[in-house]
Amino acid sequence: MKLAYWMYAGPAHIGTLRIASSFKNVHAIMHAPLGDDYFNVMRSMLERERNFTPVTASVVDRHVLARGSQEKVVDNITRKDKEETPDLIILTPTCTSSILQEDLQNFVERAQLDAKGDVLLADVNHYRVNELQAADRTLQQVVQFYIEKARKKGELSENKTEKPSVNIIGISTLGFHNQHDCTELKRLMADLGIEVNAVIPEGASVHELKNLPRAWFNLCPYRELGLAAAKYLEEQFGMPYVDITPMGVVETARCIRKIEQVINAQGANVDYEEFINNQTLYVSQAAWFSRSIDCQNLTGKKAVVFGDSTHAAAITKILSREMGIHVVWAGTYCKYDADWFREQVSEYCDEVIVTEDHGAIGDAIARVEPSAIFGTQMERHVGKRLDIPCGVIAAPIHIQNFPIGYKPFMGYEGTNQIADLVYNSFTLGMEDHLLEIFGGHDTKEVITKGISAESDLNWTKDGLAELNKIPGFVRGKVKRNTEKFARERGIANISAEVLYAAKEAVGA
Amino acid sequence: MTVAESQALTFDCETGNYHTFCPISCVAWLYQKIEDSFFLVIGTKTCGYFLQNAMGVMIFAEPRYAMAELEEGDISAKLNDYDELKRLCMQIKRDRNPSVIVWIGTCTTEIIKMDLEGLAPKLEAEIGIPIVVARANGLDYAFTQGEDTVLAAMAARCPDQAPVAQTEKDERNGLSKLLNFGKKKEEIVKEESEYIDHPPLVLFGSLPDPVVTQLTLELKKQGIKVSGWLPAKRFTELPVIEEGYYVCGVNPFLSRTATTLMRRRKCKLIGAPFPIGPDGTRAWVEKICSVFNITPQGLDEREAKIWENLEDYVKLIRGKSVFFMGDNLLEISLARFLVRCGMTINEIGIPYMDKRYQAAELAMLEQACKDMGVPVPSIVEKPDNYNQIQRINQMKPDLVITGMAHANPLEARGINTKWSVEFTFAQIHGFSNARDILELVTRPLRRNNNLKDLGWDKLVKEAHV
Repeated sequence: MKLAYWMYAGPAHIGTLRIASSFKNVHAIMHAPLGDDYFNVMRSMLERERNFTPVTASVVDRHVLARGSQEKVVDNITRKDKEETPDLIILTPTCTSSILQEDLQNFVERAQLDAKGDVLLADVNHYRVNELQAADRTLQQVVQFYIEKARKKGELSENKTEKPSVNIIGISTLGFHNQHDCTELKRLMADLGIEVNAVIPEGASVHELKNLPRAWFNLCPYRELGLAAAKYLEEQFGMPYVDITPMGVVETARCIRKIEQVINAQGANVDYEEFINNQTLYVSQAAWFSRSIDCQNLTGKKAVVFGDSTHAAAITKILSREMGIHVVWAGTYCKYDADWFREQVSEYCDEVIVTEDHGAIGDAIARVEPSAIFGTQMERHVGKRLDIPCGVIAAPIHIQNFPIGYKPFMGYEGTNQIADLVYNSFTLGMEDHLLEIFGGHDTKEVITKGISAESDLNWTKDGLAELNKIPGFVRGKVKRNTEKFARERGIANISAEVLYAAKEAVGA
Repeated sequence: MTVAESQALTFDCETGNYHTFCPISCVAWLYQKIEDSFFLVIGTKTCGYFLQNAMGVMIFAEPRYAMAELEEGDISAKLNDYDELKRLCMQIKRDRNPSVIVWIGTCTTEIIKMDLEGLAPKLEAEIGIPIVVARANGLDYAFTQGEDTVLAAMAARCPDQAPVAQTEKDERNGLSKLLNFGKKKEEIVKEESEYIDHPPLVLFGSLPDPVVTQLTLELKKQGIKVSGWLPAKRFTELPVIEEGYYVCGVNPFLSRTATTLMRRRKCKLIGAPFPIGPDGTRAWVEKICSVFNITPQGLDEREAKIWENLEDYVKLIRGKSVFFMGDNLLEISLARFLVRCGMTINEIGIPYMDKRYQAAELAMLEQACKDMGVPVPSIVEKPDNYNQIQRINQMKPDLVITGMAHANPLEARGINTKWSVEFTFAQIHGFSNARDILELVTRPLRRNNNLKDLGWDKLVKEAHV
């Protein structure tokens, strides 16, 4: 058992449902108790979805507990098959159903006898994988299912398209800015003269999957979702894949060069250097931004980064390599992919943190006092409490992270968006400090900045008065250092004298 | 299915395929209500994910609840439940020092048959903090019924004897102390005489403190004294419940609590309609008065005055129709109030219908339909959301009260919706909060008045569901 208040990645079935609801005309049936269909609320609210989320539950109640599901799951599958005639129904196990250990595969096979559409059991273990791993696995499973089906029927089209083409793999429902990224990637491919053969799973029909092998290569923009499917296609058809996330100017160029190499190896003859050069210098504003005096002011400023592997790694590289910002630590909650993350960011930050514990991240932020945080919604709230600005760069996210306006993180427009996000985070912080330095309108009492514990120390009136004279942006640090100093020496009341003694001792 | 034309209520039961919140959501409001409590939800990532997302920003406020997240070792009994729970509860005691730890049993603890009720007394003795067990799981219950399971468990913890010494009694009786706060002793004695001599009355149901005060004062006007309230602001202030006390519920979803109070604590249940809407509040007060042989004073004028103040809102919904998809058990009371406002009811979906506990409310709904000359609606227990959407498409109600899973898709199809969960969190009880209910109900209609000339009703391409 683990005491937990907050989690970064959701349970496995959420991943499966994200894949199911991304495809067109695919329905998911959860084998779950009442109330586990909260996914529908999230999709309806966060994505402001106009259509009913194609997810229903085959409810596990007392009767199921006593006698087993018996006909219930099969009936629910065949009923849904009749009502909505989906192409595919994915039976989705949940944490509850995985301990009931019913033979769900058997239900699927029985339902398949009556159902017109296909029926599949999502192969995910609730206690071993999280949302992201489950999504990756389910996408691979669906792709494999339809490739094998087409192969059996002799409908598999392996002829490559005439012009270079790509499958974009991993765009999904409830993904962080996925819709905008997808549009930007399509635009980028068009600029490069590459046809988009398919985008999966978002908006795709399962019938298109048999055409996947027609593409010259696969592009997996996200580390977390799509790689398993890409690897499967590579293994089956020798299709190469590009897994460099085109986020940031340097990485976008690296991704494009890799694409060039991959398609030239298959007989194309393209040279993208001029395109990259033109985009970098004149189209994207990000390269110019890093030369401008605005960005000069950011040099050496301290930042911390936390998120999923894809975004945390990319943002770390952008901050450090493209903007000269000092990334004190970079971290991810994708523990299962820790080695990759370390390898990606080690040279761009002082320290790498891999944890799923938001408390540890909160403390790590409080410890280093960065000028800005780039993290998830949780880090945004830590930032609020510590008065440190935060740019949200990864899920878990709230409704404000599903903007209606065009906000990709990828490609050349993405570099502009990220530059804005970074710059706005820092300037807002600076403005705040300037107000405080010059007196501004700040009359509030100093607040405790500790994350974990209330201070057990007492500040005397003159100590507090002295502390309040210290400019806001270092006040927290001074306070903490003074308290540390007092604690070590067993001083219970912190007066102005103690404050200054501490300053002398530790240079606070 | 069409609206029943008969004069008696009809009851249907469908498949139970409907959307609602998991009953563990009750921790969100109960931890705020019971200030010295800590709620430990013993479940999986699924439970945690639900709470985290459903409670939104509250999660960032260092809430007094947490998950005891079960891992594979717990499921396969490789780890010892008792030791694991002890470790976590010790940690909670150290970090938060609560007066009570409430264990919320979930689907998983049910399936693996973790004996929470058995473990709790042992651990309680060992760590010295009361541990209350409530099995608020999705196998058995829906949404607000979670509170019911917690309060039923709390009912067993209420002291069963009023302490003898008067001073001590004052300590214990949090509510009267609260109301008498700052007053001198003579004044208290004087105030006591304002009450009519009647057997002790304890109310049950968790309400925000301002609403508790409003309802308590409402009864005080009739000379009725509220001896205590389950739950109180603090666990240490749970009311005394002796055999023969009278109890009355304030919410329609508290049938287990009512049963526990009657059977285990030997209380007498006053079966009244619930104080939702001015009509409900009046009937609630009247019923309590009648049990104590009191002739209620001034209720006619009070109710009339409230209706008068509601007229601008009532005007907007009079003659309009409403469809309850059903998810929080407030549906019967709300429907009854809306009938009084002049609405017609297409259907009342409800997760679970306790006809005994809600008897007075059901009778009042029937009467309201008769008085207002509208057809008596059919009540659909354990509804099937898919079928309901078909019926909504046929009936074209002016307003659908529904969960968030369906609200946006219905709006996109030109059907007005009101998100039902808001009724659970808004203050809707008593005379003075009737306006708040209508504020919620009329919001989509008022919004539409603003947008009506734009021609943006239907915003989906295909006409199909």
